Amino acid sequence: MFTKETVERVAERHQEWEKLLAKSLAKAPERLERFSTISDEEIKNIYTPEDVDELDYDKDLGFPGQFPYTRGVQASMHRGRLWTMRQFAGMGGAEETNARFHYLMDHGETGLSTAFDMPTLMGYDSDNPISLGEVGKCGVAIDTLADMEILFEGIPMDKVTTSMTINPPAAILLAMYIAVAEKKGVGRDKIGGTIQNDMLKEFIAQKTFMLPPEPSMRIIVDTVEFCTKEVPRWNSISISGYHIREAGSTAVQELAFTIADGVGYVQACVDRGMDVDDFAPRLSYFFNAHVDFFEEIAKYRAARRMWARIMRDRFGAKNPKSLLLRFHTQTAGCSLTAQQPYNNVVRTSFQALSSVLGGTQSLHTNSLDETLSLPTEHAVTIALRTQQIIGEEIGVTNTIDPLAGSYFIESLTNEMESKALDYIQKIDDMGGILKAIDVGFPQKEIADAAYNYQRQVDEGEKTIVGVNKYQMDETLKVDLLTIDPVVERRQHQRLAKIKETRDAAKVEACLKAIENASRGTDNLMPHLIEAVKSYVSVQEICDCWRKVYGRYTDPGMF
Amino acid sequence: MSDKKIKVLIAKPGLDGHDRGAKIIARGLRDAGFEVVYTGLHQTPEEIVATSIQEDVDVIGVSSLAGAHMYLFPRIIELLVEKGADDIPVFGGGIIPEDDIPVLLKAGIKAVFTPGSPVDETINWIRENVV
Repeated sequence: MFTKETVERVAERHQEWEKLLAKSLAKAPERLERFSTISDEEIKNIYTPEDVDELDYDKDLGFPGQFPYTRGVQASMHRGRLWTMRQFAGMGGAEETNARFHYLMDHGETGLSTAFDMPTLMGYDSDNPISLGEVGKCGVAIDTLADMEILFEGIPMDKVTTSMTINPPAAILLAMYIAVAEKKGVGRDKIGGTIQNDMLKEFIAQKTFMLPPEPSMRIIVDTVEFCTKEVPRWNSISISGYHIREAGSTAVQELAFTIADGVGYVQACVDRGMDVDDFAPRLSYFFNAHVDFFEEIAKYRAARRMWARIMRDRFGAKNPKSLLLRFHTQTAGCSLTAQQPYNNVVRTSFQALSSVLGGTQSLHTNSLDETLSLPTEHAVTIALRTQQIIGEEIGVTNTIDPLAGSYFIESLTNEMESKALDYIQKIDDMGGILKAIDVGFPQKEIADAAYNYQRQVDEGEKTIVGVNKYQMDETLKVDLLTIDPVVERRQHQRLAKIKETRDAAKVEACLKAIENASRGTDNLMPHLIEAVKSYVSVQEICDCWRKVYGRYTDPGMF
Repeated sequence: MSDKKIKVLIAKPGLDGHDRGAKIIARGLRDAGFEVVYTGLHQTPEEIVATSIQEDVDVIGVSSLAGAHMYLFPRIIELLVEKGADDIPVFGGGIIPEDDIPVLLKAGIKAVFTPGSPVDETINWIRENVV
């Protein structure tokens, strides 16, 4: 970026400044012995052209919409279109969640995002004893297509895109979405959205797992293959760093393990015989926006550049769309505090801002009460307004990638990329991400980082306002959303009625077909669509898979 | 008794997969000199109670972050009573709204640690309350 002479001159000036600084520090030392990011990466007192003397604008940055996409994936970025404001929502039954969807859209939300309850996420129906006390608690309960029909009542499925945070049963929920759309006369080629469908990060971090890794991968590749042919506007995997970070990883680990997962999926699809340029354009990413402002911005920029290079150089992708790391962001749930909860609005605003400056395509802002329960309507409105203020009031979207060229940001971007690439190399040396997960490598790295951070907080090395500093005795009460126990009863009744009235022979035949396809190599998706249309339940299909493939259980390392 | 290490079972009841807190507590307790058994995820209350009896633990810590604590925590107490093992104290942690805490204490949970509690708080509580 700079001529040799410029850098030499800067180096001289730098030395002069160090002397000046030393004098000043002799009088009053710095506030801290060591300045570091929340990920414990040490940060220098100043960054200069010396730190980015090797940076090549053409090779390392380029223009938005151009290789290596460091400055953004679209040419016009947020001047053309703001990110999709997509609030993760789901509580109680389909009725309550549908009402929340309509509320959010009426207030300017531009895409839907569905949260499911734990039984649905784990492939159990509401009437299973294991679901007791969990139905509708942290998301919407979906047992059969009957619930899904209510969930999307009045939603124009040809216009609105929907993201579904679902993993082990992702293929089933996608089948249901297709079935509901087709019932409304919207063809599968017209619907748009995302299923998370990222099991690798489940084994690593979020731990919503059902089947062992190998069959989990097989089902994922089936969905990618099917979407590529029949649901062209669907993002078949949302490769997720969010949960890795929430589990306590550092920013570099989030970046590294997420991209390593992405490499794992691409390899699995290529191994199936698919052409990388056919499916890669519909892979998307999902990152966390944590509290360390600049570190996060550097992370997003590094992620785009890494992915573009990996896709081009490692997988030989030729379609420019295959090289784009498009991503959704969610502000960091784990950064919210139960203490002085209104401060969470401020935290979320800064986090959201970092993701916007980092070039996100879609954003969920957490509500101030989400450290205690699902958000109330009041709290979620403030969260949505936060995005609208960032997008339309404060001017940060007037120009693209405004922090590019900052010595600090560019240096941090390089550093994150290089440290993440080291991790990916290590994982490659182990034989790939499945092997690394099998020996517990990413899990252990994350647990160590989480423990280190907790120790720093407990010892006051890292500040959490209101928690380990500036505490107050009085508790500010916020109204919390509670889930009516009637939801569980209503789910039981609806499911019982469906099981009574559906065509039992058809159900039997559908399950047999799924079992056969699971044992063989037939793509599962057409069988799943047929089954959900016959009101086969989520658990019935998952039971079939559990029978064929066995269950994955937590090794319980700590 | 004073020479014997206190044995703690850290358990994750229900379908919730958030294990960051449980694992930090497990590790913190181990580093503080306790003997720690961690159940791993997705345990039913029945499994947790069976493990606690089988492992002959002195105290049980249960963690929940997905809203099912009001069913799962009291259910563990109920089962301990049924098995005649209610001399094992149970403490809880996780995302527990403040209004739920008195209800849980009434149901027999001995202490509840919510987000922001330093690990030492749990360590000290065990030292003071488990003999």
